[in-house]
This record gives sequence, C-alpha cells and structure tokens, in this order.
Amino acid sequence: MSKLIKIKKGLDLNLKGRAENTLSEVLVQSYAVKPTDYIGVTPKLMVKEGDRVMAGSPLFFAKHNEKILFTSPISGIVTSINRGERRVIEEIRITPDNEVEYVDFGNKPFSSMTKEEIIDKLLISGTWTYIRQRPYSIIPNPNKSPKCIVISGFDSSPLAPDYSILLKNQASELQLGVDIISKLTQGKIYVNSHISKGKTPEILGLKNVVHTNFDGPHPSGNVGVQISNLEPINKGENVWYIHPADLVMIGKLFLHGKLITDKIIALTGSETIKPHYYNIKRGACISSIINNNVNGENHLRYISGNILTGKKIESNGYIGAYDNQITVIKEGDYYEFLGWILPGFKKFSFSRTFLSGFLRFLPKQFQKPIEVDTNLHGGQRAYVMTGEFEKVFPFDIYPLQLIKACIIEDIDQMEELGIYEIDAEDFALCEVIDTSKTDIQDIIRKGLELIRKEMGE
Amino acid sequence: MKFVRDFLDKIKPNFEKGGKYPWLHSTFDAFETFAFVPKTTTKSGAHFRDAIDMKRTMTFVIFALVPALLFGIYNVGYQHFLSLNPNIGFFEGFWDNTLYGLLKVLPIIIVSYVVGLGIEFIFAQLRGHEVNEGFLVSGMLIPLVMPPDVPLWQVALATAFAVIIGKEVFGGTGMNFMNPALTARAFLFFAFPGSMSGDNVWIAEKADAFSGATPLAEMFNGMDVPSTSIMDMFLGIMPGSIGETSVLAILLGGIILLKTGIGSWKIMLSVLIGATLMGLTFNLLGSEANPYMQLPFYYHFLMGGFAFGLVFMATDPVTASQTETGKWIYGLLIGIMAVLIRVVNPAYPEGMMLAILLLNVFAPLIDYYVVDANVKRRKKRWANASTLNEKGGLDAK
Repeated sequence: MSKLIKIKKGLDLNLKGRAENTLSEVLVQSYAVKPTDYIGVTPKLMVKEGDRVMAGSPLFFAKHNEKILFTSPISGIVTSINRGERRVIEEIRITPDNEVEYVDFGNKPFSSMTKEEIIDKLLISGTWTYIRQRPYSIIPNPNKSPKCIVISGFDSSPLAPDYSILLKNQASELQLGVDIISKLTQGKIYVNSHISKGKTPEILGLKNVVHTNFDGPHPSGNVGVQISNLEPINKGENVWYIHPADLVMIGKLFLHGKLITDKIIALTGSETIKPHYYNIKRGACISSIINNNVNGENHLRYISGNILTGKKIESNGYIGAYDNQITVIKEGDYYEFLGWILPGFKKFSFSRTFLSGFLRFLPKQFQKPIEVDTNLHGGQRAYVMTGEFEKVFPFDIYPLQLIKACIIEDIDQMEELGIYEIDAEDFALCEVIDTSKTDIQDIIRKGLELIRKEMGE
Repeated sequence: MKFVRDFLDKIKPNFEKGGKYPWLHSTFDAFETFAFVPKTTTKSGAHFRDAIDMKRTMTFVIFALVPALLFGIYNVGYQHFLSLNPNIGFFEGFWDNTLYGLLKVLPIIIVSYVVGLGIEFIFAQLRGHEVNEGFLVSGMLIPLVMPPDVPLWQVALATAFAVIIGKEVFGGTGMNFMNPALTARAFLFFAFPGSMSGDNVWIAEKADAFSGATPLAEMFNGMDVPSTSIMDMFLGIMPGSIGETSVLAILLGGIILLKTGIGSWKIMLSVLIGATLMGLTFNLLGSEANPYMQLPFYYHFLMGGFAFGLVFMATDPVTASQTETGKWIYGLLIGIMAVLIRVVNPAYPEGMMLAILLLNVFAPLIDYYVVDANVKRRKKRWANASTLNEKGGLDAK
C-alpha cells in the first residue's frame, strides 16, 4: 500500500485548449539544441557550421565540466549557430537527413556494467543532461550522488499532457531506465502518482521503487513539492529528478545502443484549432506543428512548456529540452478602458474582486474552461497585500519573506528561509496572483543563481 | 472610447523624456493608467497574470468606506441641528442635514486628497516611479477620523506630516510601518489637543448650551454607562469623528472587505476576541473606584473609533503583521490594548488609535519571531541530517 500525501494549498487552472487524445506524425524540416535551456551551462562548441552530425554526436560540452556532453537529437548538417546578445550561443540548428544515422553506443547489458561505465555511457550519449538536481535545477555533477531520486509521474500544471499518452506501450523501456538510474544513488527512488489526475499504468507498474500517491491541486506535480514531502533537502544535500519520458530514452539507449530521441508532446492553448498530441524528435522546430492549427488572425504568444513556467519562443522556434508541451495563447497588448473597475465576468482572478472570481467556487460541472492572454493587467508596485501567496504555496516556507530576501540578496536569510527546498517554478502561482505584478520567478531564479555561485556548484 | 485613447496617445510624447513637460511624467502616467489598463504584457515567468491590480484593490476599500462616509455626512448635519434644537427627529430636515454635512465634510476630503496626492505625485516623479494607489485609501480615511470642526489648515498639516514622515521617508506605500491615516490623527491629537479632544469638537458649530459629550467622554469622566442608547450607538446617531460613529455603516464596509478577501478576517476576529477578553477581565475584577471597569464589554465595540479601527485601520496589510500566525497575535493585542488604554489610562479617552499605532510598531517584531520559529525548525532538521550523515545513515556526499 503506497502512502497518500495530500497537498492542500495551490490552484488548478481550468484553461481552454486541452489536448485531445489523438496522435499525429509531422514532418519537421529543422532541429535545434538550445544551450540556454540548461541552467548554469556555458557551452563550448565542438562543431561548426556545415559539419555533418549523427544522432548522438556531441555538439558542445559544458565549460565547467568537459565530461558533460550535449548531443545531436538527429543526423544531418549543422546549418547555423545563432548567437544573441553578448554573443551568447542561443541555437545550434541542424537540417535533418531523410534517414536517421545513429552513433553506436554499444548495447552491453547494463546488469554487467559498473556504476562508472553506466555514468560514462549516460555522459557520452548526452542523456546525462536530462537528469537534474535540486537545489538549482542544474545538471548534476557526475562525481556526486544524490540522497534520493524523485520521479514525478504526473503533471499538474495547466493543460499539461497526459502521461498515459506520453508513455503508452513503453513500460519495459521505462522500467529499464529506472533500473539504470537507481545505480546512481544509494538512496530511494521515489515515483509519484496523483490519485485522480495521474493514474498511468506504465508508472504504477514500476518495480523496485517507492510509490507515493499525491492528492490536491497544482503544484502537487512539481518535484519540489514532492521532495519537500518525501525527503526535504537540507543545506549541503541534493536530490536528483528526471522526467519519465527521458527515462524511456535512457532505456532505449541501453537496449539498442542508439540515441533515439522520439517523444510525444501536446499542442495546447486557447488559440490552437485542434489541440492534440504529436510524435516528434527532441529539438523539433514548431512551425510545422502549428502550421494551419492556430487562429491566424490573432497576435499570438508561443510557449515551449506550460503557461506558468514555459519559455516564450517564436512561431518558427524550437521546443525546449525539458518540455513536453507547446502552449499557444493570445498576446494581451491592448489598452482596456477603465479595465480596473469593470465587473469582469470573463477575466481570470484568484481574488474575489471580480464576478468571475466566484466561479471557481461553483461545482466542477458548471465551470467552463477559461481563456487568458498575456496582458499584465496593471503596473508593478511595492508589495502591499499579505497572506495571498500562502494560499497557493504548499511549502513550510514563508514565501513573501523569502522573495524579499532574494531581492536584497541576503544569502544567510535565503538559506534560513528555505531556498534549498524550492525552485522558481514553485513560485509560478504566486507570480500569477500577485497584486503587485512582480516577476517572482525571475527574483527567485536570481537568488538561486547567487547562492549557486557562492557555493561553487 | 477610442477618442480618449487617441487624445492620450497624441499628448503622450509631451511627457516623455525630451518632451515639453518631462517633470509631469508620473502625473500623466497616473491619469493614463487610470483611464486605461496599460497594454504591457508578461516578459518573463508566468505568461498570464491575475486581472487584479493595486488600483482595483484600493478601489474596493474605497467602496467599503462609502457607507460610513455617507452616514457621516448626514450625521454631521443632524448633530449640528440637534444641538440647536434638542427635540429634532433624525429624519427631520433631511436635505438640510445632508447639505450642511456636505459643506462641512467635502472641504476636508478635498484638502486631504489635494495635499496628499500632491506630495505623492512629487515623490513618484523624483523617484521615477509610477504613482502608487495607496493614498487613494489614506486620503479617504483621514477625513473620516477627523472631528467635523477640525480647521482645514490642520487637516493639510496633518496629511502632509502623515505622508512625508509616516510614509515617504521610509520609501512610500508598502514600506511604511505606521498607518498613515492614524499617523495624521495622532499628529493632530498631540500637536493640537484643543481641536481633537474635549466636548466642543465632535459637533460642528455646536450650540454652547448643548452638552455634546461623546459616549467615550462620558465614560472617561466617570459615568456608569453612556447616556446614548445602545441602538443609537450602533446606528451611529451620536457625536464623534465624521466616519466613526455608525457601527452599522462600518459593518457594511467590513462585509465588502471580507467578501472580497481584501481585509483579513483573522485580524478582525482577533481584535474582537482581544477586546472581549479584556472587557470581561475588567468586568470580573470590578472596582468601585473605576465604574468603567464594570461597563459591559460589548459597549467597547460601539463607542469611539473601535469599529472603524478594527475594520479599516488594523487590517491595513502594510502595517499589520505579514504572517498569518502573526496576524492572530497582532489583532489580539490590539483588542486588549485598546480596552486597556480606555479603561485605566488617565490621559486619553480613546484607546483604539493608540493601540493600533503601538501594534503597528510591534508588528515586525511579531513577524520576526513567527518566521524565526520556522527558521529554527529548519536548522534543527539540518542538524539532525548532518548527525545522521556522520553515522553513515545517509549517503549525501
């Protein structure tokens, strides 16, 4: 019997544009790896424009640790290396071949491999970069080992993809992936499900792991919330986490000796005509996915990831390394006459100052999915309201106090108030409901980065 | 509303850098964002945001103040005519009362807003900030806690003091540690006691023969119970500060604040509990020398500025405790101190204002200890984990 943990604080957002359970194939003309997806990584290029690469060929390594390689998801030609401000490498674009050629990583059975051999194989194939560490959400140092590994078996964020679709018929690869990473720690492997939203047979059937059931609203699917309820992080400790779909890739790597980067993503959001699932390879350009499937007339925002934590990309941008979802919503660049005083039947608000704010107290069957856009709905102010963040922040941490400690860059206070236990994404709901319109995830990210540099990680 | 938008877009360049009036930028921005919610979109983090903003929040507090304001205006008129003719009924001369009240109260409101907003606009411009909406509420609270006969120049002086010394020197709205409206009132109370106490200030242009003592003053002077009936005190038909007399009107405002979630129910409830506890304690102790001690505890809710302070002042989120546990302690202590000051302090008839200001000062200390308990718990966990590690119980390194 697995343990049940109830998350009381948080908020489920019922947005328009949930993906239907159908799956499309799509021809993608361009792929890219984006070094900016990886926190704390300064890329050192190993290819130049015009080079031929295979699926699994290294493209760059991390300056702080040359063993951490980032590999190509596909075979083809490196067509361009795009740099942004201050010559930061933003994208390494690859035009694919018709047939994928794979680097051979060998398929020695993992049961006969030592821990070091396993780590080397993960590093050289680039799959190590899919493992991440709390605190900081960075790619972990291969010389360390975590106190435990946590796998969130469901996504509670708005319009999140259904894991039973992402993982369908891949139970054996997933199990293999889990068995492989369990060699990396002497601690437990936690696999978490949700009693009502996240019952995925592939997840529930996993063996040699500790199953835990969660209940309650978003952010119950965030690994940060799960870790704080399973084995809270103390100063100096670290916990690793990885997405189940990435474990499937690791399983396939050890099974076939090839880097097979196929994954299923969901196209979601109010501005998609037929939101549903697509079978793609990692790093795919989204233009062929959204082609003829979004409302063309509107000025749109494309997001790689979910609406709370995803990154803004262009309509010909590329899906991020850790994302399983594309969200398309309206841009909110319009003026609204006396908008701050209107009754607001259709506006989203967590507060009860809009008529719509009362709708979420209605029974579920009367609630219609709501539409939101990117308008900020006001100007930035000093913090005035109190007690709001606490309603959507399920940690034993004082959110406002921690945010303020990050703003004033007081490292001692940040530590004392629990910064090691959280990540920017855990503050996403606080940011949404903030009356003062501050960019809280940014503030927390900067605080975490400050500490990371101070600790030399 | 396109013509308004077009007009604003047309004149906007004048207020930008390099325009004709760059020193009016914050002022222009304040009016522009008043007319239109700006078209700014999310740049980082969550891609959509709640429709609420500071303007809407503050507007709802103003809505909540309207019942007290309207009743206050009428009552100022009624009390004036009552002092001339003690037999007049409450609804007799309705329009006379209203008109007289308006003539008394409106100038105070105008002075408070003009002086306060003027200072806010100047500070916003100097700091390069947008104008904060905080004063929209303070500017209405200040008139409502004034006696009707207060000289306008004193209102101006008190407002300026409250905004500059009480707020702006600490960084403006959100950074102040004392409630600005109460700071204004406390300033007058101590600087010009003649205008803020005694029997003559609570009724506008009172006839000399009429007593006009407020229930608080009667108790202060050793009466057993106030001469005003409980019902009249609840409805607010008695002399007093402009907006503080009617518990009923304040209650309506309180319901708005609670329904919208803008005012903290924890603070309101705990102030009530604190005052009840203290009142009951005095009832138990009893004392022949001080009949105030024997006053049934619920009288405290009806007299003076208790209800107004509870609903509108103690709940000010900036100056109250900012932690949820802290709010209970903060409210409880306000209730206790308010009654304590009223009953045993020989100098001041009204305890609510001083109780709230006192706890405003202590709120950061309360929060410090509440947060510190959390910090201590965390550090204990760290210590336990590292001893486990030393024993080899956990592989963390």
